[in-house]
Amino acid sequence: MADRFVVVGQSERRVDGRALVTGKPVFAGDLDLPGMLHLAMLGSPHAHARITSISTERAEALEGVELVLTHLNTPAVRYTTAGQGHPEPSPYDARMFDPKVRFVGDRVAVAAATSKEIAQRALELIEVEYEPLTPVLSIDDALAEGAPIIHDEADASGIWDAEHNIAGVVEANVGDVDAAIESAFASVEFTGETQYAQHVPLEPHVSVAYLDDNGRLVLYTSTQVPFHVRRIIAHVLDIPARQIRVIKPRIGGGFGVKQEILIEDLVGLVTYRTGLPCKFEYTRAEEFSQSRTRHPMRVSVRLGADEDGHLIAVDMNALENTGAYGAHNLTVVSNAGSKTLPMYNKAPNVRFMAKGIYTNLPVGGAYRGYGATQGIFPLEVGIDMLAEKLGIDALELRRRNHIRSGETSPIFEELGEGRKGVPQTIGSCGLERCIDIGAERIGWSHKRSTRFREGPWVHGVGMSIHMQGSGIPAIDMAAATIKMNDDGSFNLLVGATDLGTGSDTVLAQMAAEVLGVTIDDIIVLSSDTDVTPFDVGAYASSTTYVSGSAVVRAATDVKSQITSVAAAMLRTGGDELELGDGRVIAKDGRSVTLADIALRSLYGVDQFQIGSTASFVGDVSPPPFLASFAEVAIDTETGELKIVDYVAAVDCGTAINPRLAEGQAEGALANGIGYALMEEMRFDKYGRMRNPDLGRYKIPAATDMPPMEVILVDTYEETGPMGAKSIAEIGINAPIPTLANAIYDAIGVRLTHPPFTSEKIWRAMQG
Amino acid sequence: MNLTVNGVAFDVDVEPSETLLHLLRRVGLKGVKNGCDNGDCGACAVLIDGRAVTSCDYPAPAAADTNILTVEGLGTEGELHPIQAAFLDAGGVQCGFCTPGMMISAYELLGRVQEPSDDEIREALRGNLCRCTGYVKPVEAVRIAAARLREAAGG
Repeated sequence: MADRFVVVGQSERRVDGRALVTGKPVFAGDLDLPGMLHLAMLGSPHAHARITSISTERAEALEGVELVLTHLNTPAVRYTTAGQGHPEPSPYDARMFDPKVRFVGDRVAVAAATSKEIAQRALELIEVEYEPLTPVLSIDDALAEGAPIIHDEADASGIWDAEHNIAGVVEANVGDVDAAIESAFASVEFTGETQYAQHVPLEPHVSVAYLDDNGRLVLYTSTQVPFHVRRIIAHVLDIPARQIRVIKPRIGGGFGVKQEILIEDLVGLVTYRTGLPCKFEYTRAEEFSQSRTRHPMRVSVRLGADEDGHLIAVDMNALENTGAYGAHNLTVVSNAGSKTLPMYNKAPNVRFMAKGIYTNLPVGGAYRGYGATQGIFPLEVGIDMLAEKLGIDALELRRRNHIRSGETSPIFEELGEGRKGVPQTIGSCGLERCIDIGAERIGWSHKRSTRFREGPWVHGVGMSIHMQGSGIPAIDMAAATIKMNDDGSFNLLVGATDLGTGSDTVLAQMAAEVLGVTIDDIIVLSSDTDVTPFDVGAYASSTTYVSGSAVVRAATDVKSQITSVAAAMLRTGGDELELGDGRVIAKDGRSVTLADIALRSLYGVDQFQIGSTASFVGDVSPPPFLASFAEVAIDTETGELKIVDYVAAVDCGTAINPRLAEGQAEGALANGIGYALMEEMRFDKYGRMRNPDLGRYKIPAATDMPPMEVILVDTYEETGPMGAKSIAEIGINAPIPTLANAIYDAIGVRLTHPPFTSEKIWRAMQG
Repeated sequence: MNLTVNGVAFDVDVEPSETLLHLLRRVGLKGVKNGCDNGDCGACAVLIDGRAVTSCDYPAPAAADTNILTVEGLGTEGELHPIQAAFLDAGGVQCGFCTPGMMISAYELLGRVQEPSDDEIREALRGNLCRCTGYVKPVEAVRIAAARLREAAGG
């Protein structure tokens, strides 16, 4: 498909690349201002307690301390830190500082001082008395009869059933699942329980605040959602939104955790109160304990099929641990079903029941994959089990049941994000080819079920299939502004938020394509609420599809303005003109340069600014698809697992920039492999994290990664910008089910609790 | 104390407890990043007299009278070092936060080994954690840089 385009489909260098590789001070933490204050935070040592008294006088008296914030002198407004659109689907169960603390590390006080060291010393002078309460450290404890109530505050709103620690509930039902399973020729049941894990962006959260010359509050911050930050901070701090400007510079990775509004309120309030600039950056330990996590889930799946291997019933039941606050609980757990069940659209009976449960552990949040990661694990293991029971090859069973182009699933309409969804028919779907290409490449037909042995090592292969979405349909809105400069270059202003994904580059390529110029002719400025048009931000795999569509619309409008000026200059009809190579060319070969057109429009006759702002909201959310394959070798004496080969074939529609697209898939797979094999936040019996550093919470290093190949499978999504769909999230969902199925193929054991460590594999082999 | 950073002589006062990372950022070398405070992630990697260290757990006073190379000393925006150019061409940069440290490790490797194997490259990058790329393209970038440097050296 790429050959229909000139700039799109090329692996252009990143537009921000030179600044990044030369170490320019382009991150929020690189900004230091004269007279800047530094903040330090006192976190709760208790998982569940009331603050009975707090005294800050000694801290405030310390030389260099400007301000100490506690629940006594900060706004009491309830809100959610989730960083979502308006109205927010997460409960308003948090406040800046709460007299009740609900997890170890929960905010107690913040000191602002002339140096970080002084701020930290001030924390030691704050006297706090707690009334400890019984901590609730698991889903089962939270649901037990008489369990302590975590959110007993009267002013919270949006909680489903606070008395029983239930943050949210979502259900969808099509047909009669129980009867269908009862009558099925074959049925299986599997429960998988995913663990607490962290995003670990290499850059921890960091925000700088200062007042501009007119006394407006500027937040220069590592966020995925600048416009949501402005709206939410205005609400929490009771400052008019017009008094706030949010700028996102380069940010050092997000993966969802920088959707949360975690520290902007603190720097904002300190600067607003003191008039002084200030900075707060999480330490790595704070990033682990105070930021957000993947919601752990216990998900049970029951499947029923007829004797030909046609699914007749799919039943999914999810219990989600949302931790101390309900950020994203409803929407993440919804996606455990909504981003997995439509893939098996042939089943006439489908049921999804889910609950988000409060505990006194760290808070769940948006994390790449967003519930699909947790839901797809038991579903794809269940499909493998069903294939075995029916005596049908696991690929063949999937081929008989997966969704195809031109088909729909009732789940699209029945299950959205915490509410009804949007009906949609699949346009592009390369899943069949993804399965074929991946199977060929891994050698499925001769490796599956053979248990090839080398000494103590036994080999197995496994696979799984996946879908995600491209933005939240009928909700996510993005806008783009393009204006032409007098040298024929263009400013592209987008609210879209490049968090390292390369979206600035991808959006510039789309604009360049429409305008017939090179990417060097497009000057991108993104994510500044004073300057760029609105965009919901970077989440839900939305930027290429939603923001990209806005860019294409704006560019198309600008193109028609250019053509009309050129038509007057060339004295010909506008419909006979084409753009290319920085010129407008008439059919007879005469042409004018874009620079001449720009000069005429700005200085010549009938002057006007060539430019346009356009918006886009998706009616649908076309899923990318992925087929994932792994060959593993397991040492039967020690349980050690080696990934011998990993292949993922991905259908993301047109890859606007193939290298960046591959990089998204590779990075997501690596993160997923870490989650499948090594990553887990562990807690002691008091709810304290036992491994809050990168020495003990291991993420994959270069030497941990197996040989890995990503294959982009070409399709064209008609509703997408230049045929594109999303790619950023889908890969992270694949490793857990793929490796679980490969482990079973090797040693005949179904593992239920990632991470699949050597110890767990060894224990499972002992029976 | 005196030290030379990227060929520029500095005469600075340091606290005994100051880290080299803090010192370098204080004098304006913001390309040296802090990802963990703990020597675990490698975002703060620099070369001290040609040896790669994590500057976040390296005492600043111990760097007296040494020659330090940071990412700012590799090349300029106008004239990128082949390693920097290769990271861009290979797509080895995503968010770019770990990239300075990773390129420093690559520079150290390519100073020792002209034609490194992928295993040698992975070993050299082992101390530089990256959450964005999965390491496929950074490894490719180092391979490309090595080839270009060999070509340049060969004339």
